[in-house]
Amino acid sequence: MELLKIQQIEKYYGSKSSLTKAIDDISFSVDKGEFVAIMGASGSGKTTLLNCISTIDRVTAGHIFLEGTDVTALKGKALNKFRRDNLGFIFQDFNLLDTLTAYENIALALSIQKQSANEIDAAVKKVSEQLDIKDVLSKYPYQMSGGQKQRVASARAIVTSPKLVLADEPTGALDSKSAKLLLERFRYLNRECGATIMMVTHDSFTASYASRIIFIKDGKIFSELSRGDNTRKQFFDRIIDVVTLLGGDMSDAL
Amino acid sequence: MLFKLSLSNIRRSMRDYAIYFFTLIIGVSVFYVFNAIGGQAAMLEMSDSQYEMIRLLETLISGTSVFVAGVLGLLIVYASRFLMKRRNREFALYMTLGMSKRKISAILLLETLIIGVGSLFVGLVIGIGLSQLTSALVANMFEADMTSYKFTVSGGAMVKTVVYFAVMYLVVMVFNSFVVTRMKLINLMQSGKRSEQIKLKNPVLCVIVFILAAALLGFLYYQVGWRSVKIERNSAIAIFIAGCAATFLIFWSVSGMLLRVLMSMKNTYFSGLNSFTFRQLSSKVNTMVFSMTVICLMLFITICTLSSAFSIRNSMNRNLNELCPVDFELVIGYDTSVESKYSDITELCTENGYDITEDFSDYVNFTTYTDPEFLFADSLGEAFEDAKAQYAFLQYDTPEQLIRLSDYNSLMELYGREKLSMDDDEFIMLCNYTSMTNLRNKSLSVGSERTIFGHILKSKYADCQDGFIDISTEHINAGLIVVPDSIVSGETPDTEYFIGDYSSDDKEATEQKVHDDFDMVMRNISATENSENDHIQGYGWTTKLEIKEAAVGLGAIVAFLGLYVGMVFLIACGAILALKELSDSVDSIGRYEMLRKIGADERDISRSLLRQTGIFFLLPLVLAAIHSVFGMKFLIFFLQVFGTNSIASSVGLTASMLLLIYGGYFLVTYFCSKGIIKERK
Repeated sequence: MELLKIQQIEKYYGSKSSLTKAIDDISFSVDKGEFVAIMGASGSGKTTLLNCISTIDRVTAGHIFLEGTDVTALKGKALNKFRRDNLGFIFQDFNLLDTLTAYENIALALSIQKQSANEIDAAVKKVSEQLDIKDVLSKYPYQMSGGQKQRVASARAIVTSPKLVLADEPTGALDSKSAKLLLERFRYLNRECGATIMMVTHDSFTASYASRIIFIKDGKIFSELSRGDNTRKQFFDRIIDVVTLLGGDMSDAL
Repeated sequence: MLFKLSLSNIRRSMRDYAIYFFTLIIGVSVFYVFNAIGGQAAMLEMSDSQYEMIRLLETLISGTSVFVAGVLGLLIVYASRFLMKRRNREFALYMTLGMSKRKISAILLLETLIIGVGSLFVGLVIGIGLSQLTSALVANMFEADMTSYKFTVSGGAMVKTVVYFAVMYLVVMVFNSFVVTRMKLINLMQSGKRSEQIKLKNPVLCVIVFILAAALLGFLYYQVGWRSVKIERNSAIAIFIAGCAATFLIFWSVSGMLLRVLMSMKNTYFSGLNSFTFRQLSSKVNTMVFSMTVICLMLFITICTLSSAFSIRNSMNRNLNELCPVDFELVIGYDTSVESKYSDITELCTENGYDITEDFSDYVNFTTYTDPEFLFADSLGEAFEDAKAQYAFLQYDTPEQLIRLSDYNSLMELYGREKLSMDDDEFIMLCNYTSMTNLRNKSLSVGSERTIFGHILKSKYADCQDGFIDISTEHINAGLIVVPDSIVSGETPDTEYFIGDYSSDDKEATEQKVHDDFDMVMRNISATENSENDHIQGYGWTTKLEIKEAAVGLGAIVAFLGLYVGMVFLIACGAILALKELSDSVDSIGRYEMLRKIGADERDISRSLLRQTGIFFLLPLVLAAIHSVFGMKFLIFFLQVFGTNSIASSVGLTASMLLLIYGGYFLVTYFCSKGIIKERK
């Protein structure tokens, strides 16, 4: 079932004399329950694409539909409500509130939706089990490791049961062990809990956990890979091939 | 080059500096306005005694200015240190680029100079403008004529303001240079990266401390509110210090408990942005315990000072009408052992060449008596021992003043007040000084019979009656006994009064004439009589004009000083809170961005900010208000002298001052914070 539909979107920066096309006519769609990775070099427009989908940024042209709702037509309060009720965010730098404990950080996403304290408690407990962070719930961000922080951030993103989870370089600030642990959790959330995840990364290893990868270069879709029946290792090798094709500027991503 | 850098630094950090600059400008203009009062008043038409009052006010203000300068100086040093801390990374950049500490000092020096000169200039311009308005206020308060008023600038006040503030800025410069020389690059570079550490205080300890502090405060409130008469100077200081300590402990424990209490209310805590709001607030309060205490105490002092000052002024003016109904009072004290040559004052004057009656349209000439066997102690009767235990400082061996009923009634006829009547075996106690009234009422309630000049008299009333004979602006009649005419017949009076209204409408001229003529009379007497058998022990007069000028002047002086100190304190409180709140907002920009990303409504965010700012400003105010309730209860005891019975209107005036300045700072802070955390597209 089609969840997200992106229709010929464009995003321009700058004035007429020096126009930068961050996104240049991109169209694709994401089905419910998919785990999609968007790959590209720095400056390829992948983060801009994510920002447009997440309504943090506005497109210059084109439409984005989430379950039939045209996101690009939303404004002000409706936009906030849409973001709150339908999307979950995971950022590279965690973006946890340093003044709140892990529990409160996760709970905040629910209390903004005006849920009752009991519902919040049950939901936080459940999600903390799914992400294996039960023992850090009472800790503050500065008392946690990077991996723990990112899993708390992920818990916050999915605790509201969003239709779509958007992750921007989630492993960017993690060491390889923590990154692996986090990605295992992503796969678990995707497979066992049915979360639809869309992740932006320039790291081939991270991308290899996804079920589908969209490669972007200079604001355009360059290629697309589906995992199919491949093992993760096989999929990783195929990704490397594409990355090599993408050219020198991606080589640092190996 | 350095100058350019300094200038652009200021421009860039205007967001941080705005409230600092704003505070400096207010400080400068308030300083100028109050110091210029003397100069401004020179433009008004005033009598000599009013000028004297203005001179007195000037002296008092310049004394107070030293204190005010101290407060402002501390505020400026605090603020500049605060702003310096925010720029550690900028200094680190300079140092990594190879700039010497001397150069960095120079940059800071230039910045302080630019801000100093700028704030002085703007502040003086505003101050000069405002002081024209103050002149109207001075004229109004001293009831002076303003018709010949022209726009003036007080050079003296200007020089004084510039010198005082120059010294303050110099201190800041020295302080800044000192800080710069002690900066270490590594500390500077790491300062930006520190993550917020949340230390929760031991909750059990907090509860214990809170209970102890609250109990201590309760005890102190009881002491000042209900046992105020027992407080001596030293214990008053002890109570104030204990109060400061208790205030600090309250803030310390509340900052530790507040969050716990809120967290335990799960439904409230996990509702909307509340958890975020409370955490922000708690971290603010936690780092500001000491400042909050200082602010709370300053607010307390401000509320008490302003309320007292305004109420003294109000009652001064009101009392004038009630307690000073006639133009002139002359009192002569006699030596009862020497026989008098004259039957009364009228005769005394006429015999010495002055017909005093021609200058008065209405007058009463009467005498009062004392019975050496009837002292204050005797008057208190059975209540004496209790009274002595309670008010050890009173003079119990002074004889009570006695007045004949007929004399009193003729005086009341002149005053336009109610007359008294009683039987021949009765007396009436008159008193209008509240605490003394209470004492005397108690004495009358335990026994109503007194022996005066050998006669046993009974009090007609169960308590004291309101009444007085001396004209004044204050309720200072501590006790006067009206007795039947018959019991003093044959006794020698020891005091004689001549009280009346001037016959002419030109009261000033008449007053001058009475003064001159009576002086002549007294000179005549002292020339003719030898000192050994001098019947007259002393004399003195009081006039409505004198009382009025003194009262109006005194009221105005008190009000001006109260306003001066109050305004400076309010500015200081507002500025400290505003600086902290604004810099917190700058630090929290990221947090608000995050809230937006996870879908928090702009309205919810604004509400959260409003709550944070509001509670932050309210906390010290609430405790200060509670302090003030009891502080004022204590002060009313002293204000009774001025006849202050109700402080409602002055409290109202104080509240509006508070609302204007403190509330103003709150609003400015809120809207500036809102601007700081506004979404940047």
